[in-house]
Amino acid sequence: METPTLAPTPEEQFQARIDADVRIEPKDWMPDAYRKTLIRQISQHAHSELVGMLPEGNWITRAPSLRRKSILLAKVQDEAGHGLYLYSAAETLGTTRDQMLADLHSGKAKYSSIFNYPTLSWADMGCVGWLVDGAAILNQVPLCRTSYGPYARAMVRVCKEESFHQRQGFEVMQTLCEGSAVQKEMAQESLNRWWWPTLMMFGPADDASPNTEQSMKWRIKRFTNDELRQKFVDMMVPQAEFLGLTVPDEKLKWNEARQAYDFGEVNWDEFWSVVKGNGMCNHERLQARVQAHEEGAWVREAALAHAEKRQAREAVAVAA
Amino acid sequence: MNNSEWPLWEVFIRSKQGLDHKHVGSLHAADAAMAVQNARDVYTRRLEGVSIWVVESKHIHASNPDEAAEFFDPAADKVYRHPTFYDVPDSIKHM
Repeated sequence: METPTLAPTPEEQFQARIDADVRIEPKDWMPDAYRKTLIRQISQHAHSELVGMLPEGNWITRAPSLRRKSILLAKVQDEAGHGLYLYSAAETLGTTRDQMLADLHSGKAKYSSIFNYPTLSWADMGCVGWLVDGAAILNQVPLCRTSYGPYARAMVRVCKEESFHQRQGFEVMQTLCEGSAVQKEMAQESLNRWWWPTLMMFGPADDASPNTEQSMKWRIKRFTNDELRQKFVDMMVPQAEFLGLTVPDEKLKWNEARQAYDFGEVNWDEFWSVVKGNGMCNHERLQARVQAHEEGAWVREAALAHAEKRQAREAVAVAA
Repeated sequence: MNNSEWPLWEVFIRSKQGLDHKHVGSLHAADAAMAVQNARDVYTRRLEGVSIWVVESKHIHASNPDEAAEFFDPAADKVYRHPTFYDVPDSIKHM
């Protein structure tokens, strides 16, 4: 018997739009799994921006000059802004700000593991900008073309601002590397601590990343974790060489045939351990977030009460 | 936990004098004055605007994307609304 030609299902129509690079907007039909994946990814991204303020906030009062302090303040303010762009994008999918924050505070939602490492020296402000934001940019630039419109638009804004973050970090590193022997040593020591955790930022290896395939199909992701990790290494090694710093990887070697660097294996046990909450600062970071949220509760309530009171007064004035 | 989430506002920014206000995103604020101030801090940290509008999101009414095809259909078959529909002889200038 001949199979009758069926009208395309909503899923097929959706995939056809994705394949034609048509952006999906908030009120468009989308598969539940697409919506859930995006809410998870965007809110996780927003949480990372928010928690990411903590390791740098740690150094604002101890920045070595007023110039550095102003720059660091502006950068931390940007991170807050990035978090807000992203929370707004996630809200267009039907979740609420309160729900997302509750998930962060309960530990249900994740954020980038990199922020569970401590910022021990001033050079860490250099490494966070240069390496961590460098890795973030590689992750984020392809997201400017992600299939969900509000997410893509938020990322365009984030990327425009992120490049200053990386440059100021590089400048901190460069200044230390051109300074005294002790300063240069501080820069090297910092690189030693941040290099591997930064490589982990791209997520598990492709064969251990079950969500990648579907995310690529939906064009939420445009590159795999390993592709981005390789790009990052190729980009950063010459910059480290320029600074006169040694990348802490004995297996790091230029591969002429591949036209790329070969590099050692990331310690995945450490990665998963930090993801599961056992990193050096997981507890401290979450506690700081919860505390800030709880201590700000009266401000949020008072602002709302004030707005309601004013509205009531205006209503009376209009009626009179 | 009390249910006290601040209302959601849509933000529109005029990037420079002479241009339209354009939607840039949204934010939460207790009232309009706070929404304008937050919009300044969230969306214009680098001189992106000279004027801000905020509208509480619940006041926005939108067309239905599921009916977009039928809804915009009336304009689809009226090519004569475009100047390129008309053949103008090469010798005719200023048209």
